[in-house]
Amino acid sequence: MTTRIDTRFAELKKQGRSAFVTYVMAGDPDLTTSLNIVKALPRAGADVIELGIPFTDPMADGPSIQAAGLRALKAGMTLKKTLELVRDFRKDDNVTPLVLMGYYNPIYVYGVDKFLTDAKTAGVDGLIIVDLPPEEDDELCIPALKAGLNFIRLATPTTDDKRLPAVLANTSGFVYYVSIAGITGAAAANANVVGEAVARIKRHTKLPICVGFGIRTPEAARAIAEKADGSVVGTALVDALKNSLDAEGRATAKTVNAVAELTAALAQGVKGAQQAAE
Amino acid sequence: MNIAKPNSYRSGPDERGHFGIFGGRFVAETLMPLILDLETAYTAAKADPAFQAEMNGYLKNYVGRPSPLYFAERLTEHLGGAKIYLKREELNHTGSHKVNNVLGQIMLARRMGKKRIIAETGAGQHGVATATLCARFGLECVVYMGAVDVERQQPNVIRMEMLGAKVMPVQSGTRTLKDAMNEALRDWVTNVHNTFYCIGTVAGPHPYPTLVRDFQSIIGNETKAQMQEVEGRLPDSLVACIGGGSNAMGLFHPFLDDPSVEIFGVEAAGHGLTQLHAASIAGGRPGVLHGNRTYLLMDADGQIQDAHSISAGLDYPGIGPEHSWLHEVGRVNYLSATDEEALAAFQLLSKLEGIIPALEPAHAIAKVMELAPKRPKDHLMVVNLSGRGDKDVPQVGDILRGKK
Repeated sequence: MTTRIDTRFAELKKQGRSAFVTYVMAGDPDLTTSLNIVKALPRAGADVIELGIPFTDPMADGPSIQAAGLRALKAGMTLKKTLELVRDFRKDDNVTPLVLMGYYNPIYVYGVDKFLTDAKTAGVDGLIIVDLPPEEDDELCIPALKAGLNFIRLATPTTDDKRLPAVLANTSGFVYYVSIAGITGAAAANANVVGEAVARIKRHTKLPICVGFGIRTPEAARAIAEKADGSVVGTALVDALKNSLDAEGRATAKTVNAVAELTAALAQGVKGAQQAAE
Repeated sequence: MNIAKPNSYRSGPDERGHFGIFGGRFVAETLMPLILDLETAYTAAKADPAFQAEMNGYLKNYVGRPSPLYFAERLTEHLGGAKIYLKREELNHTGSHKVNNVLGQIMLARRMGKKRIIAETGAGQHGVATATLCARFGLECVVYMGAVDVERQQPNVIRMEMLGAKVMPVQSGTRTLKDAMNEALRDWVTNVHNTFYCIGTVAGPHPYPTLVRDFQSIIGNETKAQMQEVEGRLPDSLVACIGGGSNAMGLFHPFLDDPSVEIFGVEAAGHGLTQLHAASIAGGRPGVLHGNRTYLLMDADGQIQDAHSISAGLDYPGIGPEHSWLHEVGRVNYLSATDEEALAAFQLLSKLEGIIPALEPAHAIAKVMELAPKRPKDHLMVVNLSGRGDKDVPQVGDILRGKK
C-alpha cells in the first residue's frame, strides 16, 4: 500500500532534494487559527506536516512544545478535534502527507481501533508516538500498519547497531532520527555527526531518513538537508507562533503569517541544499 | 470484568514487565537501551551473593534494620478491637522506608558505573534518602521536586541541600510529584550516557516496579518473621498508605500467597472522592503515563488530571502497575482516607503512642481507626508506619492553629 508519504518522498527523490518537515501543535493557540496555520504550511514550502496531539505530560518535549500543548488544551483541544482539523485540512489538500505526533495515552483512551479508523478516514497518513518503542509494537504499531497507516519510529544516538534492526522492523514511511539525546528544542545538532548517523542507519534500511530536534535556522536546515532525506523543524515554528500572540496568549492578525514566513525561510534553506550523492 | 485467579500472586511480572495488562515499557527510544541494560544489571546483581551481602551490611549498620514491630497498646485499647502492631519504618536512617530502595538502586548504579544520580520527590523523603546515599558514596545528586512541594516540605529541602544534593524546583504543569517525574525523565533523556534515574516508587517502566518492590520487600519479610516470633503465627490483616505504593508493596508482597491475610491499601481521598483527590484506583481508570500502564486520574480525552492530597507524598495521579493488577484480581482491597481523616489520625497517634507519623502513613492509621474496632481482640493487624512526621510539623502546626 502506498501512502501520501511514500508518494511524496518518491517525488522528492526524483527532484533530487531533501524534504522539509514542519511540526506544529494541533489547536495552538485555538482550533481555527491552528487550521489556518496547517493550511498555510504547504503553500509556504512544507513537504510533510507533523501535527502534535496535545498532552498534559509530554515527557520528551522541552518548554516551548510543553507550553504549546497547554495552550491548545486550555482552548479546548482534544484528540477528536485534532482529527476534525485533519479532515478540514484534507478538503483543500489531498497530497501533502500529514503525520500525527504525540503520546500514547490520548489514543489508548480514545480506543485504538476506533482511533485508527477515524484517523484513516480523516486523512492521516502516519503516526509518531514517542512513548511506544518496538517492545510495545502490539499496542498500536501493528494495528496501525494493518489499518494502512505508516508507523514512523524514532531512532536516537543511543540506538546502536545491535538495536537498529528491531527499531526498523515495523517502521514505514520514513525514519525519524533524533539528532541529540535530549528533549525537543534543546541543543543544536552537529551536521557532521548527524551525517555519520544517517549513513549508519542507511546501511540497515531503504526508508528515507528525516532528522529532527535542534534545527532552528535556514542555515541549520540546509546543513542537515545535505546529509539526510529530510529535516524537521518544530520548536522554532512554535516559538514564532508564541511570539505573535497577545498578552493573554490569544492569536493576533500576525499569527498565521509569523509561522508561514519562518516556514518559507526554512524551506528556502532546505531547497538550497546540495543533496549528498547517493 | 472476569479475571482468572492466578496460581500465585507473586510470580509477576512477565518477561515484558506486564502484570496482567498493567506495567510495560512506555518510554522514548533514547531511554530504551538503558532500561534494557538496567534489567540485565539487576538480574546479574540478584544472582550475585556479594551484592546481597554488601547490601545486608549497609541495611544493618547504616540504615539500622531490622526495624521494630511494635505493639501499639494504647491505640489498641482506644479502638477496642484488633491488636495493632506498627512496623516502624519511620525509625530507619533518613526517617522513612524510602532508604531501603535507594540503597539497592545506588548499589546498582555503582555496578553500572554511573556517577550522576537523579531522582524525583514528592514529600522529599525519597529525595532525602537519595541525597543521603549519594553523600555516602560520593555521587553527584540532582533531585527534581515540584515547586508546590518545595514550599510545603521545606525541612526536607534544607536536608537535601545540607547533604550536598542540588534541588531543582519544577515549575511546569501542576508543580507537584507528577511534574517532578516528567522533569526527571527529561533530564534522563538528555544525560542518558552518565546518569542513573533512581525512581522512588513501584512505578515507571519495567524493570523499576519490580526492582523497587524487591528492595522494599524486606519490610514484609521482616514482619513475617517478627510476627512469628511474638505471636507464633501470621498476621490477620495488613494496612498501608499508597501514593505510588512502594511501602505498601514492600509490606504486602511477601504475604500475597497467604490467603488468610486480609490486605488493605489506603489511597489519599484529599477533599473527598467527589472533589479533588489522589485516589487513582477509586477515581481513575487504566491509562499510560511515566513508562507504564496503570490506573490514572484523567479526563475523557486522556489528559492527566490534577491530584490533591494534604500529603505531598501521596499527591500523584497514578499508582504502581502491580497495585492496579492486585486490585483487578481482587487480592488487595483499596480504600481511601481524606485529608481531614489523616489529620485526625496524625494527632491521635501522636497523643496515644508518642509517635508523630508522617502525613502519608497517617492515612493508613485513619483506616485502622475504622477497621480495627470491627475486628475481634485476637485479630492481629499490622500497619506500616512508613515515615516520621518531623517534616510535616510546620505544615500541620499551621493547619491546627487555623492559619491555612
